[in-house]
Amino acid sequence: MKYMTINNRKVAFDDEKNVLSVIRKAGINLPTFCYHSELSTYGACRMCVVEDDRGKIFASCSEVPRDGMVIYTNTPKLQHHRKMILELMLSAHCRECTTCKKNGDCTLQNLAKQLGVSYIRFENNKPQIPIDESSDCIVIDKNKCILCGDCVRTCEEIQGLGILDFAYRGSKMQVMPAFDRKMAETACVGCGQCRVVCPTGAITIKHNIHPVWEALADKNTRVIVQIAPAVRVAVGDKFGIPKGENSLGKLVAALRRMGFDEIYDTDFGADLTIMEESKEFLERVESGEKLPLFTSCCPAWVKFCEQKYPELRANISTCRSPQQMFGAVLKEEARNNKKDTRKTVVVSIMPCTAKKAEILRPEHKTEGEQDVDFVLTTTEVIRMIKEAGIDLAQMPWEAMDMPFGLSSGAGVIFGVSGGVTEAVLRRLVEDSGMEALNEIKFTGIRGTDGIKEAVIPYGDRQIKIAVVSGLKNADELIQKIKSGEVQYDFVEVMACRRGCMAGGGQPVPIGARTKAARYEGLYRIDDASQIKRSNDNPIVGELYEGLLKGKEHKLLHNNSDLPQAK
Amino acid sequence: MRIQNREELDQIRDMAAAKVSSTKCRILICAGTGCLAGGSGEIYEKMCELTKDCKDVDVEFGAEIAHSEKDTKENSNVDINKDIDADVDKGESVSGIEIPVAVKRSGCHGFCEMGPLMRIEPLGILYTKVKPEDCEEIFERTIKHGNIIHHLLYKQDGIEYPKQEEIPFYEKQTRLVLKNCGHIDAEHIEEYIAVGGYQSFAKVLFEQTPNDVIETILESNLRGRGGGGFQTGYKWKQVARQQEKIRYIVCNGDEGDPGAFMDRSIMEGDPHKMIEGMLIAAYAVGAQEGYIYVRAEYPLAISRLRLAISQAEDRGLLGEHILGTDFSFHLHINRGAGAFVCGEGSALTASIEGKRGMPRVKPPRTVEQGLFAKPTVLNNVETFANVPMIIEKGAKWYRSIGPENSPGTKAFALTGSVKNTGLIEVPMGTSLREVIYDIGGGIKGDAKFKAVQIGGPSGGCLITPHLDVSLDFDSLKKMGAMIGSGGLVVMDDKTCMVEVARFFMNFTQNESCGKCVPCREGTKRMLEILERIVAGKGTREDLDLLDELASTITDTALCGLGKSAALPVMSTLRLFRKEYEEHVVDKKCAAKNCTALRRFVISPERCKGCSKCARNCPVGAISGQIKKPYVIDDSICIKCGACESACAFHAIHIEA
Repeated sequence: MKYMTINNRKVAFDDEKNVLSVIRKAGINLPTFCYHSELSTYGACRMCVVEDDRGKIFASCSEVPRDGMVIYTNTPKLQHHRKMILELMLSAHCRECTTCKKNGDCTLQNLAKQLGVSYIRFENNKPQIPIDESSDCIVIDKNKCILCGDCVRTCEEIQGLGILDFAYRGSKMQVMPAFDRKMAETACVGCGQCRVVCPTGAITIKHNIHPVWEALADKNTRVIVQIAPAVRVAVGDKFGIPKGENSLGKLVAALRRMGFDEIYDTDFGADLTIMEESKEFLERVESGEKLPLFTSCCPAWVKFCEQKYPELRANISTCRSPQQMFGAVLKEEARNNKKDTRKTVVVSIMPCTAKKAEILRPEHKTEGEQDVDFVLTTTEVIRMIKEAGIDLAQMPWEAMDMPFGLSSGAGVIFGVSGGVTEAVLRRLVEDSGMEALNEIKFTGIRGTDGIKEAVIPYGDRQIKIAVVSGLKNADELIQKIKSGEVQYDFVEVMACRRGCMAGGGQPVPIGARTKAARYEGLYRIDDASQIKRSNDNPIVGELYEGLLKGKEHKLLHNNSDLPQAK
Repeated sequence: MRIQNREELDQIRDMAAAKVSSTKCRILICAGTGCLAGGSGEIYEKMCELTKDCKDVDVEFGAEIAHSEKDTKENSNVDINKDIDADVDKGESVSGIEIPVAVKRSGCHGFCEMGPLMRIEPLGILYTKVKPEDCEEIFERTIKHGNIIHHLLYKQDGIEYPKQEEIPFYEKQTRLVLKNCGHIDAEHIEEYIAVGGYQSFAKVLFEQTPNDVIETILESNLRGRGGGGFQTGYKWKQVARQQEKIRYIVCNGDEGDPGAFMDRSIMEGDPHKMIEGMLIAAYAVGAQEGYIYVRAEYPLAISRLRLAISQAEDRGLLGEHILGTDFSFHLHINRGAGAFVCGEGSALTASIEGKRGMPRVKPPRTVEQGLFAKPTVLNNVETFANVPMIIEKGAKWYRSIGPENSPGTKAFALTGSVKNTGLIEVPMGTSLREVIYDIGGGIKGDAKFKAVQIGGPSGGCLITPHLDVSLDFDSLKKMGAMIGSGGLVVMDDKTCMVEVARFFMNFTQNESCGKCVPCREGTKRMLEILERIVAGKGTREDLDLLDELASTITDTALCGLGKSAALPVMSTLRLFRKEYEEHVVDKKCAAKNCTALRRFVISPERCKGCSKCARNCPVGAISGQIKKPYVIDDSICIKCGACESACAFHAIHIEA
């Protein structure tokens, strides 16, 4: 064990990769804007500066800890420098905090409060840059950008897309797509991970709150809402509910009070997906065609594949995502229901920004009607609950509406990377006993790795599976598949690392602890669920016998003559 | 033709040297950027034209100047004369037979103030401020008859200096790195080989182990000439001991300091010396690839380097199996897109890799993970150009020049209010006084010396009490300045120091990469304050704010450039605080530099009341009655100075 002295206290350290980690381990939360343990060290914000015993000042994020190091984190000099840096940042930043979407959640705002910045001696004379609202998923307001580069590195290093980069230099520097194109004109897949890491209001979610309030207020509109699995373990974040705790019942209660007419679970849609995708997979295994089968639940991944590997488009499952299957079923039901003359609006609450673009895709219209009308991210729903004056924590636990409020544990774990695969495997195993289900857990598809592999015996053959999250990981895997280095039958891809629970629409910050809590939360819900397998969901069976009869292809699949992504 | 072994290199050297010395008259026309801009290209064409039929001309130098000794070398048997032949040689190019006249384009002579320059060998005459129309006279009188043309000679204090070496500007210098600049034709590798070029490289390649080389450089205590002053040998040693076997040699030719052109002169005037230095480094650390990063603003340097590399490749001095050995080294040129920050190591390597030129956090250091994340030796042009002579003459010899901790010489670009501006080279430890007064010839117009700005935008100022301090890495650092890459701007009492600080801050702000907050935002705010002060809108609080900002930037910026960005301000603020205070409190600029603080006054005694000033004033600020003294209304005056230039009676002056 090695030791260093931090503020006159001896602190043991091991293999921490930088001094900052040791400092944070010692319980001192040194502020940073540009440091994320998952990203490369950028060292630009200079907030994490510390002083050593010789008075040398350095950034702790980029210094390797050495045995016997003596550092101070809060000397008057450092306090002065941090305040000055913050003052400089604020001086070049829009200061209309009260009207900012990020108000209260902004790292810059919080640090200004924390460090007690009480004056800004410089005028903000930066020219105003128009806000880019062209994307269906995110909004970019460069006037609020502090150039920490977190979005640039996330897009490049985690997602492998590199949509954003720096342009111009000095105080004229900006983050922008190549040639300053509008976001809608880029290859952005809408995953929203840039928004997750953005410490200010420079990258935010494109809100759809207003039209949903309008629909709710309209007596002639029936508003149906579906709630995605990953939402229930994150929506409590901003109401003092412990991280990762299931708040679904409270959310149902809140939504009812806000005027939603029917509240259902996207997990039900997930159960439908499993039925269809398993069937499709088995068909492909039988025929040996279009393997590996790539999952289709994640719209960011689908767009990525269409753009970068159009030749693999046919390998993606023709199944619609749970959101779209469910939306199509709900709208079909509404169309069949001649008694209710109200207009039906389907809203989905998603952890995801890319879902906002998914609903607009041409193939997700049935009989000229959008299957899902609006997507609200978890963050927007939190906003709406607050606007309605509701404290989620104080809500009673209420049940979902029936019939589509009933779902399996297999549907719940769609919210985490590996969940779709596990759900498919539960459907495929012959043995429905608890032991067999338990075994699936340990095949290697659970866990935090970006690329997971498993080999599952099925009949007289071995099924090779890969579970990948994060588009850069997916890209690497695809290249290996294409080169023949690896071979799989089934590949689950989620664009966001660790799956939807860390999606671009979830409440931030999403640190390592939050991720772990949400991960455990989802598996806990699965553990507690009565129905483990999608095919055991009785409503699913009923639906196939009823509304879906003969319409599986129309409602649950994308037509083969798919238009190319825009 | 490839040189297959060391013996052939020696033969070529001998033959090339013989050819040079057998030329009866060599006319070296400076083709440095300054002289080219002054028309030296035309002069070269003209001299070529004039000497075209030189075979029949009897070149006979008059008795006025003594002949210098000529020793014609033994003829060699190897038939490589054709390669030695230069395109401009007039006459037979067989060594041993005298060639009457050769006209050559040389690199920068350094005496840019006096350009275009023409040196005539073997006489050693230096003609200054040559014009194309002088060529005929030069040909007729000097080349043909050996007579000196007096009006083209350099004169100082009433004395005429026919010989270049006797001119005080040159006499007081120690030109080692720049030795060949101006004396050889930079576009022909044979000229470099003739003066012993590539011999040091052959010496290490055939006689020494890589470790010997590193030890020699370490012992010489050569320190990086790019500004940091880091020990070159130590750098090499660190690279040599890395596990990774792919290593790179990178030469930093991104000379970005305003007014500095030491590296450019070497690249233009003696490119092979630097290439030889890089070859030695490559051998020492086991590198096979090298990059020269040159700013695109140096097109001449780029074309000369390209030529030099291709000639060296043709000769087998670059490429595979150099001089018939197993050692291979490939050299590439990368053009920088004109960012000052790309002079910083990690930004430079990022730029070569095709990325945005931004410094990154360290560790890892460049020696561990530099270019393409491989161990990299990154030195600047002048540093590499020092290497061959250290190998040739030994570490001990090198350490005998200059002070113990900063041995060797340093090239400086001497500019500003000094009589002889240009490129100079002096031993480290030379005093500023010697540089300004002995070499530079003193202050222009015999004004009063005020300060020297050294080290460019990262440097600081030195004032009269510092005149006798030794110019070396450590002494300057102690005085809050730095050698930097070697820009020396001399300033007289007509220079406003606040304006100087503003100038450099403006430069730094424009050149900041924008990555870290202190540099990006801090320099912007410092510039705003300085602009305010020179505009007469500064306050006392502004001075404190400058101090505050400077301390944060210096302590917390990410890279070396950021950390030193505030130095010009800190240095002037410390040395000339009174001047700053005058600006903010009295709203006065003693140097009468700051336009906004000028006050134009009509002296009633001189004014004849002609009304010319009033008629020339664009804003109608001047009023009066004919034949009576006019007055300027300060509240209207825009300080344009139109009245001052219009007045025939010198009745209008600026009041500080």
